[in-house]
Parts: sequence; C-alpha cells; structure tokens
Amino acid sequence: MRTPVRNANKLSDGGAGPQPRPGVGLIVNPVAGLGGAVGLKGTDGAAAQQALALGARPKSQVRAARALELLSALKNRIDLVCAPGAMGADLATSLGFSCRTLGTAGAATTSRDTRDAAAAMAEAGVSMIMFAGGDGTARDVFDGAPGVGLLGVPTGVKMHSGVFGASPEAAGRVAALVLGSEPARVEWREAEIMDIDEEALRLGHVAARLYGYARSPLERTAMQNCKTPSRRDDDPALDALARRIVREMDPGILHVLGCGTTMRKIKRQLGGEGTLLGVDVALNGRLIATDVDEARLLRLTSGVPFKVITSVTGGQGFVFGRGNQQISAAVLQRAGRDNVMIVTSQSKLVMLDPPCLRVDTGDRQVDAMLAGYMRVHTAPGHTMMMRIAA
Amino acid sequence: MRTPSKAMPTVREVHQARWNEPVVMEMGVPGRRGAVYSAPEAVVEKAVGKAADLVPAAMRRKNRPALPEMTEPDVLRHYLHLSQMVHGMMGVNLFGTCTMKYNPRISTHLTLRPELATLHPYQPEETLQGLLEIVHSFDLILRELSGMDQFVFQAAGGAGAAYTHACITRGYFQARGELAQRNEIISTIQTHPCNQATAATAGFNVITLPLEENGYPSIEALQGALSNRTAALMVNNPDDMGVYNPQIKDWVKLVKKAGALAFYDHANFNGVMSKIRARELGFDACMFMLHKTFGGPKGGGGPAVGAYGCSAELAPFLPKPIVRLDDKTGRYRLDADRKLSVGKVREYFGNLQVVFYAYAWARAMGGDGITEASDLAVLANNYMEKKLLAIPGVVKSQPQMTMHRMEMTRYGLGPLKEETGIGIVEVGARMTDYGVDSPWLSHEPWVVPEPFTPEPGELWSKEDIDYWIAALAKVCEEARTNPDLVRTAPHNAAIHAINGARLDDPAWWATTWRAYKRKQAPAARAGGKAASSR
Repeated sequence: MRTPVRNANKLSDGGAGPQPRPGVGLIVNPVAGLGGAVGLKGTDGAAAQQALALGARPKSQVRAARALELLSALKNRIDLVCAPGAMGADLATSLGFSCRTLGTAGAATTSRDTRDAAAAMAEAGVSMIMFAGGDGTARDVFDGAPGVGLLGVPTGVKMHSGVFGASPEAAGRVAALVLGSEPARVEWREAEIMDIDEEALRLGHVAARLYGYARSPLERTAMQNCKTPSRRDDDPALDALARRIVREMDPGILHVLGCGTTMRKIKRQLGGEGTLLGVDVALNGRLIATDVDEARLLRLTSGVPFKVITSVTGGQGFVFGRGNQQISAAVLQRAGRDNVMIVTSQSKLVMLDPPCLRVDTGDRQVDAMLAGYMRVHTAPGHTMMMRIAA
Repeated sequence: MRTPSKAMPTVREVHQARWNEPVVMEMGVPGRRGAVYSAPEAVVEKAVGKAADLVPAAMRRKNRPALPEMTEPDVLRHYLHLSQMVHGMMGVNLFGTCTMKYNPRISTHLTLRPELATLHPYQPEETLQGLLEIVHSFDLILRELSGMDQFVFQAAGGAGAAYTHACITRGYFQARGELAQRNEIISTIQTHPCNQATAATAGFNVITLPLEENGYPSIEALQGALSNRTAALMVNNPDDMGVYNPQIKDWVKLVKKAGALAFYDHANFNGVMSKIRARELGFDACMFMLHKTFGGPKGGGGPAVGAYGCSAELAPFLPKPIVRLDDKTGRYRLDADRKLSVGKVREYFGNLQVVFYAYAWARAMGGDGITEASDLAVLANNYMEKKLLAIPGVVKSQPQMTMHRMEMTRYGLGPLKEETGIGIVEVGARMTDYGVDSPWLSHEPWVVPEPFTPEPGELWSKEDIDYWIAALAKVCEEARTNPDLVRTAPHNAAIHAINGARLDDPAWWATTWRAYKRKQAPAARAGGKAASSR
C-alpha cells in the first residue's frame, strides 16, 4: 500500500536567505547484476568472483551512467557526495560532475563498504541517496542510512524492493524532479525494502521478505512497486494453463522457460522440477537443459527456431530484466517479438499500478521491439491484452 | 405529513426478533397433519374411481416425500417467525448494479391470476392468445427502447442472455462458414464476468482488455485484440464501476469493420433509459434485465429474465419458439420451425411471470415515465455521491475521472480500513443494526479495496437516501471511536456475526437438506457430543 507523505523530504527548511544546494549521495555497487546473465540468483558475497569467472560482463556502471546523465543540467545546482572510486566517484567524475567523496573502498568492494558510505552520507546530512544496485545493495544502504530518502537505479539481478526506478532512465528522471527547481511537487512514500526470502526458497516458494521501509519518491509511472506474492487461488487456472501449454508445444521447437513459481508449473508438466529461480530449456516434451546462463542460451538457440515463455513479477509487472537476465537482449533479439509468450494470473495483471507491463533488458532497441500491446495468457483460452511499456 | 428536513436524519437502532427455532426439517412430529379429510363416499369413488388412480401411474411417487409432519398452525407460526428475523427486503436497500425497484403488489396479483398461473406451455397456441399478446407487446416496447428488431425472453437471467448471444454468435458464423476462423470474443475487465464466462462456455477463446489510467480500456488495446479471428465484442456500458466509455461508438465501428458482432450488456440501463438506443450506437444485439431495470422482483435467487434482442440479421438464430403476430388473421402463433435457431437456452418459454411484471411496469410508466425515472435515478445518484464523499474514509473509484457518473458509482472504504482495520463487510453488518440492509458487496475488490456500489435508482425518497447515508456515516464514525462494536456486529440481528470462512468451500456449503445432512450433520453431531461432554 502506498502511503504518500507530501513534502516529507523537503530539502531546505524554506527559511530566508540563499537556498543551499541540495545534498545527494551516490553509491554504485560495481558488481551488481553480474550474476544475472550467468544464471546466478544474485551477486552477493563470493558470487561476484564466481560470475566474473563464468564470463559475466559488468553492467552496473553503464546502467548507473544512463541515470546520472539525466542530471547533467543540474550539475552546478547539486552537492554531489560520492562513495570513492568505482563505487561512485569515478563515474560522476567521468560524466563531468564535481563531487565530494566519503567512505572507503578497497579493490574488491564489499557490502560493508556500501553500509559505511551510506552512514557517512547520512552523517554529512544528504537528503537523498541515489544508489545503483539490486535488493542486496538496497538493504546495505538502508542499514547504513535508515532515515535518509532512497532512490535506486536498477542494476542488480533482483529488484523486489519498492525504492527503484522502473529503468535507469526512469530513476534519473525522478532524481531530476527531486533535485530540480520544484522539489516540493514530489510526493514521498514509505517504500518497502525487500529481498528474497531464503527460508521460503528452501521450501520451494519464491517470496520476498520485508526488511523495512525507506522513504522514497512517489512517482507512479517512473518508480516500480515492490514485488507482491502470487495468490494461491490463481493456482487452478495456472495449473490448467501449464498443461495446455505443454500439450501444445510444437515438436522440434526449443522452448526457453523463465523463472518463478508460475513457470515451475510448466516445468513440472514436463516431468521435471526445473530451476525455480533459473531459466530452463525444453524440447519435444522434456527439459533438456536446466539453470542455463546467457552464453549457453545463445549457443542452444543458434540457428534453430525457438520460443521464450516467461511470467510477470507480481506488483511490478516486469517481463524481462528482473531476475531473468539470462534471457538477455541478444536472446530476445534472436527470438523476435512473435515468439515471446507471457503467462501469469489475471489477478496479478489487474493489480498492476500503473496498469502496464515493463521490460528493462538493457538494450533500448530490444525494449522498443517488445513495447506495445501483447496478449498475456491467464488460463486456457483466456488472454489479457496488456500494454508493455519500454 | 412529513416535511423533508435538511439536517442529517437521526439513525435509529432497530432490533430483530430471535426465535431460535430449528430448521423446519427438524420440527416434524410423526402423525401430525395440516388437514385430514375423510375418505370419499363409496358412490363418489364408484363414479370417478380411486383418487390415486386419477394420477397417471408414471407420475405417481413410489415413496412418500421426506417432509416434516406438521400441523398447519405449526407451519404458519414458523414462517411468521422467520419473516420477523429479516428486514423483509422492505428496508432501504441500495444494492448497486442490481437496480432494486419496488414491485407493486398489483403486479404480483396479476402474475398469480389463473389466466397465467394455470397455463401450461404445451397448451395449443389458440388457447394462449392473451399470453402471447403480452409477450409480443412487450417485445415491441423493448424494440422501441433499443432499436433492435426482435426480442426473446427465454434466458433466465443476465448471464443466460449473455450465453444466448455467445450461442447466436456461434450459429451466425457457422452459417457463414467462418466459425473455425472466428473463435475469439473480446471483453473488458470491468464488464460483468458473465460475459467472459459464457463466451468461454460457448467454446470461444476470450481476450480481456484491462483498464488504462483514464479508467476505461484503451481503443489501442481493442485494436490490438481485433483481427480476422474476432467473432464478437461483449461489453457493459457503463461498466461495473458506473463508468461510461466515451469512445463506445468508435469501438463498435472498429468491431464491425473487423467483421465481428457487437453485443451490449445493458444490465445497467437505468441511467440511459430512452436516452440512447443500442442499435443506433451500432450494436447488433443487447440484453435487458427485466428483474432489475423493468420492475420484476429480484433477490433471493428467484426467477429472472434476461431479455435478449438483436438485429434482423441475427434474428434467424434466436432461440425458439418466437411469438409472431399473423397480420392477416390477427392471431398470435409460436414459430418453432426455425432451421438456423440455436435451439433452447431454457425450458419452455422462460420465466414469463417476470415478463408480466415488466410489462405491467412499462405500461404503468409509459414512455414519459420511463424517461423521468431515468432522470431521477441520475439525480439521486449524483446527490448521494456528493454526500457520501463528504464522509471521511469513503473514496470514489477512479477519482481522477471528473465526468459525472450516471446511475451508480463505485466507492471504497480503503482509507477507513487502513485507519481503523474496519472494512466494508463489518460496516455493512453494523448498518443492519440500524435497519438498513447490508450493502451489496461489489465485484472486483482487487481494483477498488473494500468496494461498495449503492444505487439509489428512481424509487427511494430523499429521506430514504439521507437515512442510508446517515447510517453509513454513523458506522464509519463508530469504526473510529468503538471499533470493536463494529467488528463484532451485527448486535441487533436475529443471528450475530457468522463465520464465513467456509462459504466458498464446496465440501461444506449445502443448499438442500439432503446436502446438509450429508456434509454438515456429522460434524454438528460430533460438535454436540464434544460440547455435552464438557
């Protein structure tokens, strides 16, 4: 539930005299999102090294830059406080921002560095911290600076929390609104800091766990909501749909199956358990590859016809770019729009606010290819015509 | 004589009787009878035979019915008591999307007259001329209101009429050799779910259009859904929220251009009676609820009628028989020789007693009266909307839509629930303590939290509407000052708060005595033993 708090984050007390430049922190988790395309379910702890070893290419800086570029016009009007080196200062400087640096960072950055930098920024009195990362980064920033407004640039593997922009550009636009000439026009809300519930995952359910509430800008079309769980009473329709989909799979066609509990219903109809948080591939009625990464997907789909079946993140409406980065822009480009099938419950669709699906593949051309109206399958013989916003 | 007051009326607590009797099936005593008659005299029996033999053998019961054995006073007393334990549907009930109307007692008496009540649909049509004349005359009235070319009254409700349309769509495209290709029906998320359900039942794939931020589905979504596979569009207008689609004419044009049929679910007709005609908007077919808009009784699961009307092009596919007037002889006949007909969607002619109610209502109102009723319904709703939105905790669905709602508006108690933990179910239960029927819970609670849709229509007086609003305002206030009082309501009803946890559990619900004994009596007996052992 969104609870707007108008002007709760005023950047000045409105008193007489020259307005101080609004102070904003910038923290980039440089390894965020590394695990996505290589099939890891996050990039926490040792996973970053593992991801690099698997060939992952860092994308966090690039995506953070897409957001920061939208603040160019405000370069001289904001007091930018950055975490050192790769955690923010390098990026800001490369884009022509002048900034102060707080905190420390070693060659290999850690979550401790993120928490320390956030705490130092809170101590310095910034009114908002803009961070680039996923749910793990959001938790670290929140832990370090619990009272400070947060705005996340989505660069991680999972973004279940409600503090992220719907895309890097959307986060940049919101930041520009907050830091621009009319900050009082921005409403704020208590947004959820979420992360995957490891306990539930061990029991076979994908569920996000609530870690706390952080103040975050309320901009309906630009900010994503937190992830919401599936409803059990949707199960009969989705079970029946899973049976229908498997029955109607064309022989000789590869089917790339996305993540989550809805997709697991299809995977189970194929006779296996599949990978709950991973991408699997089916051919001729059985799973032929499980927990595949982007590179393997590209090899498997090279020169052969294939379809991509995926679901929707509840509450957020993401189809691609959240938790399923293995199905990368390159894979989707190869598949083409007509070979993408979206499967989810009708209740999940009608609860979306705003009422549209989203894609954030990291490739604007692929996002544009996927944008527009598409049929989403909700039960056998039932579809909803949903708008996909890039 | 009462003088209307500008002040908020005083809300009165009422108290229902509570007789605490078992259900009638448990009240019998072996040997008791309502009336006992002496055996026929021998001379009578000799003349006409045994009474039992008057009933054909195939129709005789093999076993006596398992009814409770009771005296007539026992039965009358029990049902009097039951009637004292409800509001009797005579309170101020603003059941939204239902268009509750008073059913004049004279209409009830008309339907009970032997000229109707003792008729059998298999009588020769020559002996049904009066009945057929009324059916035909009412058909003409509905044609006038809709612009359609023919109406039938076989469907026993709105969903039945929607199903009729799905079947006619199937028949129409089958006759054109396009059914294999045109296997999709488009609807919208705020159209009553019976449309999507009946389309699926008739074998079509269903495409549902979601609402956009402006409160209704976009024309782009419709364009995305339309193709040469489209068989029909089935929509409410206004939808279940009371929102009219301002682009509806363009919608119908696009549907027709795609070669599909357009069906107007006119369940919420009250606000536009005599103002718009479905055919003039381009629709091929529409339906009216005679048990709602046209003054037939509604509620209690009683008989209903979904009057289905269509263009001349679709008329050959209508359910049979059709009532026809032979211009040469002036006689009415039942036309059952219809090769393209979809057959029957209901036994015999449907619930014709409800057609009688509706015919009586329409004739009593007249054309001008129907127009005035529509105006009053819109006026009453907008009056109520202004006052309801002044109650803290009440919000309107899609508040960004500034255009007037017509005959109904969906509201939500989401803010009250957030503030107090009290939602529409508890509020509705508490309202009954003040003599107001609990508001009809609305569809789609996932779109508007804690929804309710009061619809004042043209029936209720200003005082009645003010009383209903005052009752709601008082309960909302109680939710803040004494939430437990509301949470545990009703307090003045014959039965206090019930546990609804199993209401949607097929393993538990029971709509017949036999089902009750099978499903619940063992548990009740076990519970009773447990209770008595304590």
